[in-house]
Amino acid sequence: MSQELQDRLDRLYEDFTSGKISRRNFIKYLGMAGAAAGLVGGPFSMLTKAQAAETIRFDGWGGTTSEAFRKHAFDPFEKVTGVKVIDGEFGDMDTYLTRVKASFPPGGEFNLAHLSGVFDYARYVGLELDTALDESKIPNLRYVMTAMMQPYKDITDGKLSAVPYDLGQTGIAYNTKYISKEKAEKLGASLLWDKELNGKLGSWGDWRTNIWYGALHTGQNPNEIKDLDAVWDALRKQRDMVKKYWASGAELMSLLANEEIYATVAWSGRVAHLQNQGEPIAFLAPDNCYSWQECIFVLKGTDLDTAHKLLDFMLAPEAAIAVAEAQQYPPSLDPTKIEMPESVKKLPAFDPTGQLKGYLFADPAYWNGHQMEWAEKWDRIKAGA
Amino acid sequence: MEQKAWKPWALLAPSLSAVLFLLVIPVCFIIVYSFWLRAPTGADIPAFQFGNYQRFFADFFYPSILIRTIRVALETVALCLLMGYIPAYFFYRTESRHKSIFLILIMLPFWISFIIRTLSWINILGDTGLLNHVLLRMGIISEPLGLLYNEGAVLMGLIQYLLPFMILNVYVSLEGIDRSLVEAARSLGSTEWQAFREVVLPLSLPGVSAGCLLVFVLTAGTYLPPMILGGPGNDMIANLIFKRVIGTLDWPFGSAISVILLGILGTIVYTYNRYLGINQIFKTFQ
Repeated sequence: MSQELQDRLDRLYEDFTSGKISRRNFIKYLGMAGAAAGLVGGPFSMLTKAQAAETIRFDGWGGTTSEAFRKHAFDPFEKVTGVKVIDGEFGDMDTYLTRVKASFPPGGEFNLAHLSGVFDYARYVGLELDTALDESKIPNLRYVMTAMMQPYKDITDGKLSAVPYDLGQTGIAYNTKYISKEKAEKLGASLLWDKELNGKLGSWGDWRTNIWYGALHTGQNPNEIKDLDAVWDALRKQRDMVKKYWASGAELMSLLANEEIYATVAWSGRVAHLQNQGEPIAFLAPDNCYSWQECIFVLKGTDLDTAHKLLDFMLAPEAAIAVAEAQQYPPSLDPTKIEMPESVKKLPAFDPTGQLKGYLFADPAYWNGHQMEWAEKWDRIKAGA
Repeated sequence: MEQKAWKPWALLAPSLSAVLFLLVIPVCFIIVYSFWLRAPTGADIPAFQFGNYQRFFADFFYPSILIRTIRVALETVALCLLMGYIPAYFFYRTESRHKSIFLILIMLPFWISFIIRTLSWINILGDTGLLNHVLLRMGIISEPLGLLYNEGAVLMGLIQYLLPFMILNVYVSLEGIDRSLVEAARSLGSTEWQAFREVVLPLSLPGVSAGCLLVFVLTAGTYLPPMILGGPGNDMIANLIFKRVIGTLDWPFGSAISVILLGILGTIVYTYNRYLGINQIFKTFQ
């Protein structure tokens, strides 16, 4: 029983409970989800590869995000070019990277992927899965924030193997029925260590996020942690108060909506979804909140002409804005160059200046360099050590 | 004569090929990987060294998770046995014309996805779940009981998954007992309880041990119930392998942990087969 299937079912259940799909369609999609798992990940992938010239594969986060891409970018793209875009899904970055690494040759059957974080871009480059895009063949790239492009260029010697697509923040979600705005803003990151919330706290199982917030709680710069022991101690203390380390966005939303937990680190887009559903959940971006940007990465071996065309389509303002509204994350387009609708301006992490000054991103070299050691240490702490 | 000698092999070839390509060769890959090294980028470096195994035993952290896994597996076995023997005995003794329907009911959970069955416990055991809701409405409790995200919830998830395996194994064993033996014991003056204790129970032990083995092995290798229903500190060895392989791309170390688990389970199965015979398990599925 694969993690991927579980993630797919999670997202399907989330759409059903939020009223996005009917009971009839829920049952229908349940069957289709299982069939798709076999078709996309199974021996049929060989067939997909054989059709490479007429098709291009795009792997994304599924759910509403994939629906938005399909409706606003892929369908019009297929109509104009005749090139078919094959949708693939993943539940998290690590699982996807494992699948890419396990394909033969590595990355072979995969083309484009919606990656999260500059550190992930660096990981793919480290595994030599990158390629060099021709920026002149992606005219809409001129609308993209320079501040979002530069971190990628710094890793690949001034070239790009991806285009930035959206950004978000991992802040703190809290239930306003039990936690006041004043208290949340006063405590900031330390709200996640509030003893009054003992047994009602949650967190993501991800090592990076927990260490980041451990650094904030102990008054340190997450990109330059001086006293690591203080962070570990803080995480140990927090662990004893945590009810659940969630593993997916759907689980995060379920825990908050069912009041299993009252506060947790959370992705800004997911909180916006909960708010749209009428849940009493607020989003707090404490000082040095964990910001991240997502990109569309082009894997080695992809037909670049097709990739350039598709990326340009996806960066067209009408497509990028529609996708942003659907997934509740601001697009990578520079608001000083492209007029954004109010719905986008209201999104958490939206920066009207397009400069991203004051946004703190994970330093890819720093975090990737410590991944082995810190991920293992975090696993130990999480397990009770 | 010579012409006939290859025929069994030809008939067995598809099955043997499947075992070879889908089990033996992948296991060999895992064993080879367990000696490799991981580069900081996540790439694998071919090598022959025992560092991954040393790392597992270097401190008590990893062995402690292995011990926890074995403890949870034993608890699951004990609870499944307690909860499974009684319905199996009932199916054996009942003369109801609905007996076949009862047996189908045992198989019913297999018709629903294991993930969905496991997730459904959240709606039953959660703070706002069915159980707490009923207890609160009845005034028995004033605030929700912490029933979810702990070892108890993990055990519950494991039992609902594995109980049918135990019931079927015990039932098959009971069905094989000659009923005239029980009648003979009764006619010789033993009570119902004595007949059960002296005749039925000893003769059903092969099925009990087969069920115990199956439940133990499946528990030791599962990762979904701890992941979905467990809280901090409830991870089992399969969760650890998942994290090493998926989370940190450390395939060599993940492979080494897998080989250690495989070795332990292999030893248990070998010991069982040597003293009790593994044929009993196959009878259940015949």
